[in-house]
Amino acid sequence: MAVDVLLRVEHLSKSYHTDAGDVPILKDIDLIVERGESIAIMGPSGSGKSTLMNILGCLDLPSGGRYILDGRDVGTLDADERAHLRSEVIGFVFQGFNLLSRATIQDNVALPLLYGGVAPAARQARARDMLDKVGLHGFETYLPSRISGGQQQRVAIARALANRPQLILADEPTGNLDTKTSHDIMDLFVALNANEGITLVLVTHEADIARYAKRLVQIVDGRIVADGPAERLLSARASS
Amino acid sequence: MIAALFAEAWHSMKANRMRSFLTMLGMVIGVAAVILMMAIGEGAQMTVKESIASMGSNLFIVLSGSATSGGIRLGAGAAPTLTVGDAEALAQLSAISAVAPAQPGTAQIIYGSNNWSTTVLGTTPSYLVVRDWLLASGYGFTDADVRSAARVALIGQTVARNLFGNVDPVGRILRIKQSPFLVIGLLVAKGQSLDGRDQDDTLLVPVTTAQRQLFGTQFPGSVRFIMAQAISAEAMAGGQKDMTGLLRQRHHLPDRAENDFDIRNLTALADAAAQTTRVMSLMLGAIASVSLLVGGIGIMNIMLVSVTERTREIGIRVAIGARQRDILLQFLLEAVILSAAGCFAGVVCGVGTVLLTYLITGTAVVITLSSIALAFLVASAVGVFFGFYPARKAARLQPIEALRFQ
Repeated sequence: MAVDVLLRVEHLSKSYHTDAGDVPILKDIDLIVERGESIAIMGPSGSGKSTLMNILGCLDLPSGGRYILDGRDVGTLDADERAHLRSEVIGFVFQGFNLLSRATIQDNVALPLLYGGVAPAARQARARDMLDKVGLHGFETYLPSRISGGQQQRVAIARALANRPQLILADEPTGNLDTKTSHDIMDLFVALNANEGITLVLVTHEADIARYAKRLVQIVDGRIVADGPAERLLSARASS
Repeated sequence: MIAALFAEAWHSMKANRMRSFLTMLGMVIGVAAVILMMAIGEGAQMTVKESIASMGSNLFIVLSGSATSGGIRLGAGAAPTLTVGDAEALAQLSAISAVAPAQPGTAQIIYGSNNWSTTVLGTTPSYLVVRDWLLASGYGFTDADVRSAARVALIGQTVARNLFGNVDPVGRILRIKQSPFLVIGLLVAKGQSLDGRDQDDTLLVPVTTAQRQLFGTQFPGSVRFIMAQAISAEAMAGGQKDMTGLLRQRHHLPDRAENDFDIRNLTALADAAAQTTRVMSLMLGAIASVSLLVGGIGIMNIMLVSVTERTREIGIRVAIGARQRDILLQFLLEAVILSAAGCFAGVVCGVGTVLLTYLITGTAVVITLSSIALAFLVASAVGVFFGFYPARKAARLQPIEALRFQ
């Protein structure tokens, strides 16, 4: 059976050096994500899910094992090649939105295109398209501080979409939002996943949010303890 | 890409107007100081050069030696040992281009109801050549005037002003010690000499006229001093030796005897003065450069603060695909824009201050294009140099740590 693999993680481990010795964060992680999947990574605080996210996002390197993204072995790439890969393949959405406070919303969305080498006029046009897509038409010239948290997260999503990524990595994307806004944002993610085939990997500790994904990966103490359809795992968790 | 990063840098500077302004201020002051100091230094050098040029170039002055009277040595110029004949002989030397004997004295000069006391100098036509002195109007006296001890005079600007006021002096008759003299020429203004004397407060007459009719001489043909000009600056050392030999021979001095004359190299004095001003302007430049350096360090300081303050922003940029060199270039461009803008403002301020200095104090100032270019170049280099370290620091931030930074 020909599966279209977007990313493959093999025997991945990560430990940090401290004065007290090496502290292992991730232990022997194996994970395969196919194109078009939507996956929620769940786990308690300190389970290593954010570290895994950073490695998947090429912001951090594994201590052991291999990570292959879009056919490239990330461990063998230098900093600039990883930056290029991030710019080409990945869109990030953070819990804290991480918009540039002094730039307008449209400039924020256009920023990844700058590093992707897109011409100025095309940058602004695409930024406007992306803002339309997330429902923020008319807010182009606002500064991030003038709009609500939910709107800011929509800007962040528009920014993540700007380079037409194959993979969106969302780290607690609803962590700073109220329940209703959280569900609106998750609906947007699901729509992007369903309509545009963008692979979605999100980290959360809320079951309600994880339920939006089709597949659920649970991490405890740096190991994957469960991996399967989200609906089944979550109902099993609820009943136990 | 550079244009885009330039825009990014520009936006970020605009967003921090006050900080950008304060950073630039150091640069502005530094550049302005360099331009001001260099203008003053150049001005001083120019003043000295003009004084030197007004004295004449490659000049010797030959003074008669000291006489001893009853055990009292009377000092240089006291013994009447030099003659017009000596001057004529010196003029034959190959290293010497022009020679002028001089017999000075002080006399009261009268024209109409005005009178004025000045230095009357008896000399020959070559005096004007030796001193590089031109006539403003009229003509100079000739060798024939010298031979016939004619009563003709050339007058300096100060004398002309005091005796004649607005009247054209050429062709008028004035009286020196009761004798009438025809004014045949007016000398151009020379201004102050290096030691502050007014060079224009003088009157020239043929040497023979001065000797026979005005001041008399200790013995026939004697003169107080002789001015001689070497053919070139390189010929001066040889010229001095030749002149010494010739004069000793003419004065019949035995080998063991001291010289009964004294040859002084006036150019050496002038060179010393020029050297002094050169050192002074160099020192001014060095002091000003220090302020430029301090301005550069100011830029580095603010850029370092800026990098720390914007750690999270850098993290975001890296996360969405910025490479290290994009970050490096952005921060470097910010430093360069700051220093270039500061430099531009500094040039404007510097030139303004120079003009103000000139208007208020009247100090001679010279703004050269090279001083502006130098200030600009150094400031830009300082910007890049001091901008590089913070920019590299920014580019080397680890993305996850930068993103975690609050």
